[in-house]
Amino acid sequence: MSQHALLRLSKVSKRYGTVQANHEIDLEVHSGSIHAVLGENGAGKSTLMKLIYGVEQPDVGHIYWNGQEVHLARPSDAQALGIGMVFQHFSLFETLSVVQNVSLMIPGKTAELAQKIADLGDQFGLSVDPHAMVHRLSVGERQRVEIIRCLLLNPKLLILDEPTSVLPPQSVRRLFETLRKLQADGMAILFISHKLDEIRELCDTASVLRGGEVTGRVDPREHDARSLAQLMIGREMPNVAHAAPQHPGDERLRLNALSHPRASRFGTSLEGIDLKLRSGEIVGIAGISGNGQQELAALISGETRAQEPGMIEIMGKKVGHLGPMARRKLGFAFVPEERLGRGAVPEMSLADNSLLTAHSRSMLSRGFIRRGVERAFTRECIEAFDVRTPGPDAEAGAMSGGNLQKFILGREIMLNPDVMLVSQPTWGVDIGAATAIRRRLLDMRDQGCAILVISEEMDELFEMCSKLHVLHKGHLSPALDAAETSPQEIGRYMIGAAT
Amino acid sequence: MKLRLIRRDSASRLAMFTAPVLALALACLASLILFAALGKDAGAALHALLLKPFLSWYSFSEVLLKMAPLLLIAQGLAIGFRANVFNIGAEGQFIVGALCASALPVYFPDGDFPMMLPAMIAFGALGGTVYALIAAALRTRFGASEILVTLMMALIAVQILNYLLLGPWKDPRGFNFPQTVMFPDNALLPILFDGTRTNISLIFALLASVFAYLMMQHHFRGYQLRTAGLAPRAALYAGFSAPRMVWLGLGLGGLAAGIAGASEVAGPLGQLQRSVTSGYGYAAIIVAYVGGLNPLGIIASSFLISVIYIGGDSATVSAGLPVAAVEVFQGLLLFFYLLTFTLIRFRIEFDRKVPA
Repeated sequence: MSQHALLRLSKVSKRYGTVQANHEIDLEVHSGSIHAVLGENGAGKSTLMKLIYGVEQPDVGHIYWNGQEVHLARPSDAQALGIGMVFQHFSLFETLSVVQNVSLMIPGKTAELAQKIADLGDQFGLSVDPHAMVHRLSVGERQRVEIIRCLLLNPKLLILDEPTSVLPPQSVRRLFETLRKLQADGMAILFISHKLDEIRELCDTASVLRGGEVTGRVDPREHDARSLAQLMIGREMPNVAHAAPQHPGDERLRLNALSHPRASRFGTSLEGIDLKLRSGEIVGIAGISGNGQQELAALISGETRAQEPGMIEIMGKKVGHLGPMARRKLGFAFVPEERLGRGAVPEMSLADNSLLTAHSRSMLSRGFIRRGVERAFTRECIEAFDVRTPGPDAEAGAMSGGNLQKFILGREIMLNPDVMLVSQPTWGVDIGAATAIRRRLLDMRDQGCAILVISEEMDELFEMCSKLHVLHKGHLSPALDAAETSPQEIGRYMIGAAT
Repeated sequence: MKLRLIRRDSASRLAMFTAPVLALALACLASLILFAALGKDAGAALHALLLKPFLSWYSFSEVLLKMAPLLLIAQGLAIGFRANVFNIGAEGQFIVGALCASALPVYFPDGDFPMMLPAMIAFGALGGTVYALIAAALRTRFGASEILVTLMMALIAVQILNYLLLGPWKDPRGFNFPQTVMFPDNALLPILFDGTRTNISLIFALLASVFAYLMMQHHFRGYQLRTAGLAPRAALYAGFSAPRMVWLGLGLGGLAAGIAGASEVAGPLGQLQRSVTSGYGYAAIIVAYVGGLNPLGIIASSFLISVIYIGGDSATVSAGLPVAAVEVFQGLLLFFYLLTFTLIRFRIEFDRKVPA
């Protein structure tokens, strides 16, 4: 380990309007170390990485590289120093091949680049065909391309933003092996995550962020997940009450050989999907996004019409040809994965957002909006679901992801649905809100609601569901009993190794 | 150095009101320079443009006369605009409304049945609506952009007008001028104030404003239209029918423009003539946006634009301004409005250049 830290941040602060995103952050990263930056959503992790990668500039504070103070005005400045970053959402062109994508950033002849890609692949376990088209690659392979593209710039520090959130368990293992090889090669790695077990397994140092400040600097191998979580959220980790699953009752939702052609070249066609959902049970659909999750959710909600009415049955009625409003009348409710722009209109107040789906709750009188009812409903939702907001007049677009999700979930629950579809319930939601959301769903189940959950978070599915399916390339696996299935088993379905 | 537009956290209500005022001030400033460069007395020009309309009762009544069609059409268009349905061809629907209304007095020049005037208004309304709905059908059936279709159909409407005025509808005793017979008295709108030309079409326009206000701000249908405009995917999620929004947005725009067209021939013109294509349909787009697409704001903006119309007329006479200069002023006003409006929603950030 050299005398100077490779990267050192000293009292770095960044403010956006009224939000203090980072406050007097001190951070030291050494060569040959895998350093975790741990924190909930909104803790300031992304802002910190943007400062290090030159996307944003700090208001106050200093950044040192090998002991020299530097100003990073743009990412290319950071790259010139030797900082590479792999983003959570990939920035590859799907219509180009791997080597073409790489050549957009790295100068050189195609043949030489292809050779370099293959060499790096051998060296660090990042095997990928340089001439494959990106849209044919799996998520794990795409991530490898992103990492290779960074490595070709010979970085000394590699930043990985939530790299495992999109990967099946098997690919996570492989990624960790690669990262350990890079570490042995002397590279410094900043590993951003909120998954505590992974951090304990991989990292030698962890900086914990909470509310924009560093609240702890620990060796994660010496702490258990519980104490790390406590550092991260500032209090005891809340438990989800595991009520005993009730005996499922009557059938509420049924998919009969549901097939649907893809709408665009990059969509996914669904093929022969069968599913049964009964009252008093939560059924989960695991799988990595992009395997038909969006298409399936839109078909069940009615945003996309099925090709035949009988392909989808809600409350025993054939509804494939009906729109979302008609399905809601039968007792269906839906929480979509995108909150802003789909589950809620960002420019409208919360009260007006209640009207979006809850208008049937006596909010209209001869078509005219009854503002009193609308506000009362909204206020009740805010209180009952612990939505942190100034009130019903607050704009939906101004709220944090977790709060807005609580509002949308609350609105749909207050419709007293008999059957509910919840898509990615805790995407971008902090741990506190995620726990509250899961508990609400379990309560709904206990009251006899039938709930279908589509999620990428396997822990979440195992926690709530009695039955699990896996969606892979538009095919749905048979129902697996959650109590008798392991995450590895699910993982095999997720990568198509089992059918 | 690079410029970037960054969305502001919140747009203040005060700024929403000051934007039009600021835009007016900037437009005045820019046109002062322009008029001076033309070698005209800029002070006199602005005096004529902005003050003269208020200096006599007659010129003020002319402002109200102009205001009626602008207000009516703009209210109809704004409903569509808020649902992202861009009817750019209200001029065409206005002309077709005028044509349909004129058919009655043209074919029954001596007809003294009492229903003449209501029937003309109804014909105009129907004509404008149907003409706009052609674009709705093409959009919902084939996905054709209503922006292009309505605009092209406005050009078609002008040619239909020319054909009728030069051919079958030409007044046989009109010295070969391209115009119809003068309409009988029972085909003319009642005058509101004696001694002026202001007729009851202003009442139509104000009623339309009340209707638009109630619908857009307080009715579920208006809420659906606004949702479709702000977040189309949220409208789909809620199950609001997207085609219905297109039919409604275009239909109401065409309806308003058709009534305005009928009122124009049954009002100040008193016959169908080529000058019915006075550009109200296009000016109403500006009116709708300067009014912030808000029914109440549009009442104010239609008044403002009418003042500039009348002021422009007097400016061409008293200050010797070319007609084009008046149109440039209107364009400047819209330009500065869009500019100030953008600056309310976004702030500009400069990328500082710092050596690495």
